[in-house]
This record gives sequence, C-alpha cells and structure tokens, in this order.
Amino acid sequence: MKKKEVPQDKSNLESANFRELCYAVDENGEYTTENSSGWEPKTVALNNAIEEINERIADAKTRVITGKTSPIEYFMELHKMDVGILASYVNFWQWKVKRHFKPSVFKKLSNKTLQKYADVFEISVEELKSIGQ
Amino acid sequence: MKLETVINFTHHQAAHCENGVVSNLMKHNGFSISEPMVFGIGSGLLFCYIPFLKVNHAPVITYRALPGHIFKKFAKRTGVKMKREKFRNPKDAKARLDENLEKNNPVGLQVGVYNLVYFPDEYRFHFNAHNMVVYGKEGNRYLISDPVMENVTSLSEKELEKVRFAKGAFAPKGHMYYPIAFPEKLELEKAIVSGIKDTCRAMLAPVPVVGVRGIHKIAGLIRKWPKQKGIKTANHYLGQVVRMQEEIGTGGGGFRYIYAAFLQEAGKLIDNEKLIELSKEMTEIGDLWRDFALEASRIYKNRSAQTDSYNKVADQLDHIADLEKVFFKKLKKAI
Repeated sequence: MKKKEVPQDKSNLESANFRELCYAVDENGEYTTENSSGWEPKTVALNNAIEEINERIADAKTRVITGKTSPIEYFMELHKMDVGILASYVNFWQWKVKRHFKPSVFKKLSNKTLQKYADVFEISVEELKSIGQ
Repeated sequence: MKLETVINFTHHQAAHCENGVVSNLMKHNGFSISEPMVFGIGSGLLFCYIPFLKVNHAPVITYRALPGHIFKKFAKRTGVKMKREKFRNPKDAKARLDENLEKNNPVGLQVGVYNLVYFPDEYRFHFNAHNMVVYGKEGNRYLISDPVMENVTSLSEKELEKVRFAKGAFAPKGHMYYPIAFPEKLELEKAIVSGIKDTCRAMLAPVPVVGVRGIHKIAGLIRKWPKQKGIKTANHYLGQVVRMQEEIGTGGGGFRYIYAAFLQEAGKLIDNEKLIELSKEMTEIGDLWRDFALEASRIYKNRSAQTDSYNKVADQLDHIADLEKVFFKKLKKAI
C-alpha cells in the first residue's frame, strides 16, 4: 500500500476522535506510517456485526415478553456477551446460567443470585426483574 | 495516601497494542526499537484458523501470534529480562502498580476492551488481550498511554480495576509486566534471524489450520458457507474474517505491511539485500489481502450473493496462499 493510498473514509472512529495507524511505503519505497480515519470495507463489516447484535437483543426481548426466556438472556445480549463470558463473570457453571434463562427458574432465584447478575450488568435487581412485565 | 506522580514517558502511537507497548517501554529505557522490529523479532506474523471456537457467534481466525507470545519471544531473543505478575486480588494488583509508579517505573498492563471507556462504543467487544502502559497517577486517575490511540488518556481507579479484571477468554487477571534488566548491547542480528526462522516455520507448518495450509482451509470453508449455513450467516462469517484481518491493530493487510516494514528495516540493519527485496514482495501480498477484503465487502454489503462470488473470493485466498508458500520458502533461504 502506498502512503497516499491509505484510506481516509468515514468511520465509527470519528466519535472517539482518533485515527488508527497504518504502515505504507512512500514515493521512494521506504516504509513509513500514516494515520487512517477508516476504510469502508471494514466499517461495513463492523456495522453489520453491530446490526446482528441488535437483532439478537431485539429477539431476546421479544422472547422475554412472551415468556420464553428470562431477562438474564436479554441483558447478556445487551452486553454483547455469550453464555461462556457471562458464566465467568458471575462465577457459575454455564449449564447453571442456561438454567437461569428458564422463566420458571428465574422466578425462584434468590436475591443473592439476582444481585450477582445485576452487579455484572450494572443495574439494580428491580431493573433486572422489570423487563417483560 | 494519594499518589501524585507523573513519569516522564513519551507516547508513540503504534498500529498494534502489544508491539507498541514493548517498543514504547524499550524506548523509555533508552533502546530505540521500532514497532515492526518488535513484531518481526517476536515472530508476530501468523495465520491460524481456530476450529471449535466462536467469537461473536462466528469462526475465529487470527493473523498474529497468540497474545503475549510476541512479547515473550522478543524478550528472550534480545536478552531483555521481563518481570510478569498476575494477581488474584484487585487490591494487591493496585498496590503493586502504585508501588512501581512511585519508583518511577512505567508498567505494561494486559486489559479487557469491553470496559475501556475511551474506545468508541462500536469497538467495545469482550476482547481481553489489549495492552497499555500506565505512566503515572494524578488524584484518583491513572495516566494511560494506549499505543493504538493518537494521544495519551486516563482512567479512574475503578475503571482501571474493571479492565484489569475483565473475565472470559484470556482473562488478564491483573497481568502487569515491565523490563527489569537489559543486556549491555542488544544483539539484534541473531534475534532477527531466529525471529524470521520461527515465522517461516509457522507459516509453512504441516498443520491443516496453520499458516499457508490454514489459508487454503478458510478458502475451502468460504466456498461451503453459503450452502451449508445460508447467505445471512455466510455473510456474517465473511465479515468477521475481514474484521480480524483489517481491524485496528493490524496496520492493514492482516499485519503483512508491518512485516514488510520489518523486513526492510532488518535488511538494512544486517546488510541483507535479499530481505529488502522480499519486503517489496510482502507489500504486494499485503495489497492482495486488501483486494480480498474489498471484494468480500462487496458481498456482505449488497447481500445479493451468488455462490459464484463466494468462490471468487475463495480463489483470491487460494492465490494468496500459493504466493505466501513461495514467499516463506524464499525468506527461509535468505537468512
């Protein structure tokens, strides 16, 4: 890549006001660095990934409202987590977290357990319970 | 006791966090080592498909060595002694950090990205192998030199604790590291040669998911995805491949440009004309990786994909793999 070809497309980096560093060659073929504000092919990839996450969040919300899963799954998706990551944050086995996705099990969870989830999601236990009601 | 200390530390932006931290800490200690040099000596370049693992619900490919390996190999090959510590308890981790700052010693930290508040929201994923330098403290804020950022920044005590004790794969567990002893003179030539040999070995490894064979493997998977997984998932997977290749930290072209910069610098340093020639070739291969990313983005952008277009980008990858096979064989002979 030539230095003057380093892409300067619009991207999500703008919001944080920084440009990433790329390596490229100058007119004499010498390696140098150049800042890039973004490149469209990867911005599109990132935006698609975010859209995908938003779909998962919306889907989880619908399933909470229709009584098919518990709010824990919704907040997990909201925080871009999967079961493995959430399990390591609350320090439970994965199967246990999955069990807590069952609305009937969720209803009977102790305050202590609920508090653990609420702490990870940085909300109160009331907020954790209020989705879907 | 409130700690007020600002170490006279110069922040240099880097493409990749791990090389950047090592390069910046070396410069701080009076050794002028560039980012590509760290990357090359530490054998950072790689291609590896990690089967059975999913991140963001898509397959994982890496274009670089495992987190921590670049750093470990660089230290070993140059004879720099590093101190590394991990902690169970956040309080101990904080105490040790403060202790070092008081001794005027800037330290490298491994952190999780998800809670890094100065990153744009869109980039905050559960990725735990990010690296930064802490070079001081003012009030209850730690002064941070994050190599991928253009400028220095800061984090509150609580914010720093959160990223140091992020959970999930590669959990940092407060991981802190810094150089403690240096050789009188850095023997770069020997280090460069072992770094290059190691990279050639990995890229030509007889393992189906690693190096050149790994690239062919992914090409094969891309051909199958649309039929096997449906267009939507195939596009999601393809998007993730491009993101791994081009995301912040790669310097562009899946680290191939940084590697080309290393070959050029190393060629001049040890007076090896062949390395300088091979640097040009690596740049051209990097350009082909970029072309692949561009072509792939056309598929997931329009979502109007035909099996044909998947085959086309897979062909591009097969071509790159063939070129890299020849390239690394030549590189092995050049040193």
